[in-house]
Amino acid sequence: MIPLTWYLILSAAVFCVGLFGVLARRNAVAILMGIELMLNAVNINLVAFWRYLSSEVISGQVFVIIVFAVAAAEAAVGLALIISIYRRKRTISADDINLMKW
Amino acid sequence: MTGLQIVFIAVGVITFAAAVMVVVSRNLVHAALWLILALAGVAVLFVILEAGFLAIVQVAVYIDAIAILIIVTVMLTRHAMRDDEPQLNKTWIWSALAAILLFGGLLFLFNQVPDLVAQAAPLVETDDTYLEILGKSLVDVDRFVIPFEVASVLLLAAMIGAIVVARPPSSSSQEGGQE
Repeated sequence: MIPLTWYLILSAAVFCVGLFGVLARRNAVAILMGIELMLNAVNINLVAFWRYLSSEVISGQVFVIIVFAVAAAEAAVGLALIISIYRRKRTISADDINLMKW
Repeated sequence: MTGLQIVFIAVGVITFAAAVMVVVSRNLVHAALWLILALAGVAVLFVILEAGFLAIVQVAVYIDAIAILIIVTVMLTRHAMRDDEPQLNKTWIWSALAAILLFGGLLFLFNQVPDLVAQAAPLVETDDTYLEILGKSLVDVDRFVIPFEVASVLLLAAMIGAIVVARPPSSSSQEGGQE
């Protein structure tokens, strides 16, 4: 049987890779991909905790379903914003999108 | 070491390597394809965790919808950034440091919690029963119907918002809908 710690370590590793992508990439689409990676790492954790610690209640899986819905909404709005910015400013580099920078 | 552990290690290594390739890949289309591989690895992990329905939803929502959305956006914005210019910003070294520090901190935390060595009890019901419980609890007034409905309203609002935001500026100004 796989120890629960293995899932946690894998999910922590994927989360940190996603975090690095969000913080370090210049391309806005790549930043969104990093966010997707982080959400997936969280989902691994939620399912692993459901399976190992509380498989008699279903709320762990309900959490994951809600995260799916929020991730889909986030991806749609984020990519629409990127397309809109690209249409107006001809750039998707996060360094150049500084309209609201104080 | 059991067969399941070998499968887990193989899937885990593939998922992690694909995640790293998503972040370091210069070509964004390649990054999107690596992202699909990472998401598929997560779906396999769901299967190993005996959550078959979630694995199917993972394939249908992430690999199908979100990955296609990302690839289409990459293709629409193909000429905004060239592949040969730097893909990481000037402070990437601090970002790497933050990510490594977070990972180290999490590993330290896992060592502190004694309960994490708990073994999974075998599931008491069959897979179909869990799917039935999940479906019923999502529309049960006493359980998760409000989060479920809020999520659907959020999804609807997000889709309408995405259409409004992504519309070409010329057509919106003709209708007087200039923001």
